[in-house]
Amino acid sequence: MKNIQTSRRDFLKASGLTTFGLALGISGFTKDASLKKITPAVLKLEINPFIIIDTAGNITLVNPRPDMGQGSTQAVPSLLAEELEVNLEKVLIIQSDGKEKYGSQVSGGSSSVRELWLPIRKAGAAAREMLTVTAAKRWNVPVTECHAEDGAVFHKASGKSLTYGELADDASKLEIPSDPKLKDPKDFKIIGKYNKRLDVPDRVTGKAVYGIDVDVPGMVYASIVHSPAIHGKIVSIDDSEAKKIKDVLQVIKTERTMPHRTSEAVAVIATNWWAAVKGKKALVVKWDNGNFEKTVDTAGYFAETYEAAKKQGINYEEKGDFTAKYAAAKEKLETQYETPFLAHAPIEPENAVAHVKDDGSVEIWAPVQGPDWTIRDVCAYMKIKPEQVKVNVTLLGGAFGRKAYHDFVLEACHISKEIKKPVKVIWTREDDITQGPYRPGMLSHMQGFVEDGKITGYHHHAIGESILGQVFKGLKEDEADSWIGEEISTGNTKYHFAAASKVSWTHVKTDIPIVWWRSVYASNFGWGQECFIDELAHLAKKDPLKARLEILPDERFRKVLETLAEKAGWDEKLAKGTGKGLAVFKSFNSISACCITVSRKDQGVKIDKVVSVIDCGYYVNPDNVKAQTEGNIVMGLTAAIKDGITFTNGACNQSNYHQYNIMRLNEMPAIEIHIVDSGSAPGGVGEPGLPPVAPALGNAVFAATGKRMRKLPFDIANLG
Amino acid sequence: MAAYNLSVNGKKVKVDVEPDMPLLWVVRDFAGLKGTKFGCGMALCGACTVHVNGQPARSCQTPVSSIGKNDKITTIEGIGDGKLSIIQKAWIEEQVPQCGYCQSGQIMSAVALLKSNASPTDADIDSAMSGNLCRCGTYDRIRKAIHRAAAEMKVSEAGIGKM
Repeated sequence: MKNIQTSRRDFLKASGLTTFGLALGISGFTKDASLKKITPAVLKLEINPFIIIDTAGNITLVNPRPDMGQGSTQAVPSLLAEELEVNLEKVLIIQSDGKEKYGSQVSGGSSSVRELWLPIRKAGAAAREMLTVTAAKRWNVPVTECHAEDGAVFHKASGKSLTYGELADDASKLEIPSDPKLKDPKDFKIIGKYNKRLDVPDRVTGKAVYGIDVDVPGMVYASIVHSPAIHGKIVSIDDSEAKKIKDVLQVIKTERTMPHRTSEAVAVIATNWWAAVKGKKALVVKWDNGNFEKTVDTAGYFAETYEAAKKQGINYEEKGDFTAKYAAAKEKLETQYETPFLAHAPIEPENAVAHVKDDGSVEIWAPVQGPDWTIRDVCAYMKIKPEQVKVNVTLLGGAFGRKAYHDFVLEACHISKEIKKPVKVIWTREDDITQGPYRPGMLSHMQGFVEDGKITGYHHHAIGESILGQVFKGLKEDEADSWIGEEISTGNTKYHFAAASKVSWTHVKTDIPIVWWRSVYASNFGWGQECFIDELAHLAKKDPLKARLEILPDERFRKVLETLAEKAGWDEKLAKGTGKGLAVFKSFNSISACCITVSRKDQGVKIDKVVSVIDCGYYVNPDNVKAQTEGNIVMGLTAAIKDGITFTNGACNQSNYHQYNIMRLNEMPAIEIHIVDSGSAPGGVGEPGLPPVAPALGNAVFAATGKRMRKLPFDIANLG
Repeated sequence: MAAYNLSVNGKKVKVDVEPDMPLLWVVRDFAGLKGTKFGCGMALCGACTVHVNGQPARSCQTPVSSIGKNDKITTIEGIGDGKLSIIQKAWIEEQVPQCGYCQSGQIMSAVALLKSNASPTDADIDSAMSGNLCRCGTYDRIRKAIHRAAAEMKVSEAGIGKM
């Protein structure tokens, strides 16, 4: 083990941290010197963009999804190794560098396995086929008599075998088969099986390399003063005290470039980051916030959303004449559900090393979710071509969507260009909490009615700022945010309302920067949808599970809910002062349901237990599905009962973990996770467990106390 | 600037830094031990936890000038005597880390707990570990790994001393 670790370190050093993970059984893959020492005149052969086999038999798999903790370092290579017939432990895994040949490389949208399920397996199967054909030719036997296993091709009848290394040279000369035969899932040896993640040992010994750990020769450090109102303009800079700080080199004007807008900023450059932070504190910057004191303000924003709830929105869909039927309905409800702005707050703050070289080329070392997007953004910002950008993706110390927004990388580019040195930018926690981008705060305006004890009418009016609109392309006056529509329409929720239903949208803008946050809008609108269905169930005097099953014809949804009911003991009698609540939501093509048990305690409740069920179709590692769902429970509960982000007159009211609390170990309830094996196409795993958590809690609180929570976050110790 | 002779993981480290520089940045950027992490800068998250004379300390709030000449600093790199310790093995068995960024601090807090209490109850774990945040939400596995390590220590000849 020791030797392996040593060689891995050397390897990381040699390759400039472009790689991480599983350099097991190989020494110095890209370091020419050590490579020559071990295997002279070795030939590296790219069988296809994802598989490199050298003539010494070393196998390298390229992972096109950065690992932010979701397990892509295991999941993606597993898809490849399964089809290639190699043992994961013998394989070097490197992170893709954003180059076009690897296709989309963004870890986001819970996409790694579901999007790569076929292409990466095909890449592995194609390579296996090429190697097998090569062996058959060499032995002059029919290819059908040969099989691949554990990094070699075998001819059973003659007892011959050749390793992939011995075959790689000739195999690489073949055409890559476009439609190789994939394994039958019943023959899977890796996919769907419990396997320990091989990246874990480095993560418990301090050896794993995150963005913040990168050092490059000649590097200096920067700390940045950002505009408190996000987009304010600099009136004056007094850097006289800052420059007196020992080790501070210079103070420069810089800028923070978000996808939709560039803001002014000031950077303090020093030979160490502590000095840069001291310089930042000593710097006096006066800002002109202009109108941003009004437009970067959460109370004002939410007031507008509640106003919008009084009017009709733009319809995503309408089945039956909802408006008329709602007006005529006898048993009906109308209410609003609010979710706050939230920071991602990964424990590793935003950071990046950039080196803008004399020839204009740029090298980046950073914890980014999408190396291909990073190249795109750096090219657009620096006005250079993709071949002039090299991106070295490190491990990510948490991301949750934040590190697919590259403002911090572009800051490092700007500063490096100005000072003509490689620079490491590290945001303080205060930068992270006060600057965003955030999950947007949203409002669900809900209307519904029941007839003869059944929920038959439903309207979900989604109101708020649009990520598509603000971050990407703007939304036309009459255009609805399509991402939200996909999430909350009946095509996704699968609820069938016999009388009438409507799903609509109103856009309310803000200058608070927003972006996706774990599970994106599902984390907002799952709250309104699932609590309101619960309210309608009570209006219909029905058990909330039975009321849902009555309007959910979809077999997969039913199976998930029935499994949840069984595992959580839904029908068991509860002690007085105890209540259970449930919720179900489909996101990223996976269905997850959650049941939470709470009991009354003083002025509030205590969370006793959380049971979560997920149907994510085919999956790679059941333990990782559970781990991700555990994480979703914790993040979902945190979003429900801890702190939201609020801005008042252009200033954030939270700054660090004492004001933006996240759940701690002593607050953990008992948790239980169950996977429904549906054998469906792979769905997402990293996010779908989150959306049902908050509404299950809200519904449990109602069951235990009769108090209906409609605004997140709420204080469970004091329900008011 | 002042010169400090520190003992880090049993090795002498000489640094020339400002007296108010937190031990965190001394360890990371001057001693080159990157396993200790920055999270909040206010001792709120525990990612920077190291041991000073065996006691857990938040290195982001520990000025290097407060470290005495005879004080022994231990970081995640100094745990386990060059091998995986019982507690690190327990972390692997339970597959605790997701992103892993906070886990150096978690492990340092857990080692300190087990050194002072070989059979911690859930309540003991709550009080020792609640200063360490994990945004990935690995708390349930951390608790299991601590119980596992405690059980392993009882049957291991190495015992707590080698942890």
